Amino acid sequence: MPKQNKINLKVNLGKLTLKNPVMTASGTFGYGKEFSEFIDLNKLGAIVVKGISLKPMMGNPVPRICETPSGMLNAIGLQNPGLKGFIRQQLPFLKTLKTKIIVNILGNSVDEYIKLAEELESLGIDAVELNVSCPNVKKGGIVFGTEPKAFEELISAVRQRVKLPLITKLSPNVTDIKLFAKIAEDAGSDIISLINTLSGMSIDVKKRRPRLANITGGLSGPAIKPVAVRMVWECFRAVKVPIIGMGGIVSSEDAIEFILAGAGAVAVGTANFINPKSTIDIINGIKSYMSSNDVKSPKDLTGKVKC
Amino acid sequence: MSRLFKATVKDNSPLITDHYLLTLQPLEKIKRPSPGNFFMLSVDDSLDPLLKRPFSIYRSTAGEIQIIYRVVGKGTTILSNRKAGDTLEVIGPLGNKFPLKKKQDNIILIAGGLGIAPILSLAESVIPPAPSLLKAGIKRPRLKDKTNKMMPHLFYGARTKKEIICMDELKAIGIDPVISTDDGTFGKKGNIVNVLKKFITRNSSNISNYSFYACGPEPMLKALSPLSAKHKLNMHVALEQNMACGLGTCLGCVVKTTKGYKRICKEGPVFPIEEIIWE
Repeated sequence: MPKQNKINLKVNLGKLTLKNPVMTASGTFGYGKEFSEFIDLNKLGAIVVKGISLKPMMGNPVPRICETPSGMLNAIGLQNPGLKGFIRQQLPFLKTLKTKIIVNILGNSVDEYIKLAEELESLGIDAVELNVSCPNVKKGGIVFGTEPKAFEELISAVRQRVKLPLITKLSPNVTDIKLFAKIAEDAGSDIISLINTLSGMSIDVKKRRPRLANITGGLSGPAIKPVAVRMVWECFRAVKVPIIGMGGIVSSEDAIEFILAGAGAVAVGTANFINPKSTIDIINGIKSYMSSNDVKSPKDLTGKVKC
Repeated sequence: MSRLFKATVKDNSPLITDHYLLTLQPLEKIKRPSPGNFFMLSVDDSLDPLLKRPFSIYRSTAGEIQIIYRVVGKGTTILSNRKAGDTLEVIGPLGNKFPLKKKQDNIILIAGGLGIAPILSLAESVIPPAPSLLKAGIKRPRLKDKTNKMMPHLFYGARTKKEIICMDELKAIGIDPVISTDDGTFGKKGNIVNVLKKFITRNSSNISNYSFYACGPEPMLKALSPLSAKHKLNMHVALEQNMACGLGTCLGCVVKTTKGYKRICKEGPVFPIEEIIWE
């Protein structure tokens, strides 16, 4: 029997190279530290940290989360320590890690996004992810993600000012996500990531009140997976830039589904809350799938769904 | 010692209507929990319900975890159907603990409803159970300060007589609680905070020698707040809130404090009462 070629999990997302295709989804992994007692963070393809704004943000009132069938709604409201707080409190630890560090950034204006991206580039961050799709804050964020013109202007403006890999996180709360994928590509985004949470709502019928103080929130978890897989598949056929697929991944089978639909890498989100070891289990599961199906590189699976 | 582990259900029996006592045996050595800590529990392996649920500790040693829970929804209904021999996934112990002064003068405990579970575990950590109880296999956390001989006072409120639990265990450590029920079926009629109020008024001259620890429904804790402020009490309360991760990353379980939002799972669940800004 011929000797099986060694599996290489490495993936290239344009100029961003990851040791394996599994990363964390922003907002579900904090700044990494809390997970270090459960997993070796250096084994991850990349860590995408919780969204950072220029100034600290307090976040929304409670209740901020509630569980729904096979999913959860959240309206955290982008609580974060701000850029300075992040640099002081979180960056020193992240700098000690041997994995790619990607910072999700958000602002109320194009200028704020530019300031964040420039500062983070100068600090040696591996990539920034433009958060233009958080459904839980009134200002900024989602406006850039759902208005094609504002979306295009933001990406172009940031692109002109930084060289580091630029990821744009797409909102699923639009009629045609392909349109936004194309705009992002044309405006100079190196990578697109999708999907952010789906806007949702849940009502306590006894109290006749919304379950979240914010009334609506973002739905995540296995409940949204089929929607996310469909959107990744659509975008893969519409653009050439690499795609980071996410939305309800809890197992390696889920991750492979996204890769077959067109993702070059995947991000694990809500699953981190259920089992802090999820990412590592998924990396190992992808490896054994590749081994038993004689796949040498994850890129040989990307977009290979037979339709 | 990982804080993510599997545990076997040793026993899961109803205590009173809708209330269960769950005894778990971790399949590996776990970190010793302290009173105030909690565990996140998967009620089953399915994706619905998706998240683990937080439960405060009733009694726990390195080899056994006991939790008292009330069936309130889908998750706890599933949990109540788990049988001896079943395996559950657990994360913990999590959160901070009730802070005890090294030289404690007097301890006042206030429990409302199921809040008695963590309050009893705190009481047992300062008062050893009677030898008969130890012989029966009930272990207790080590008593750190052996010169510490104070007997905590316990104020215990419940909705009705039928929902009063843990009386034998309290007796075993020599605590004779002051009890009130909302419907007057046992002890004094009415709110336990009003009963405590009278006690404080009677002892107002030396009240600064007391440390107060409370756990119970939010309206009870909220009612304690002005009382504590008025008499400048040294009071800590254990809070609860929906949680997704229990590890401090989702920022779902925060509470508004004088120092901004704090995470109940990480900086809490025990907070100085004067820090809390009640909504």
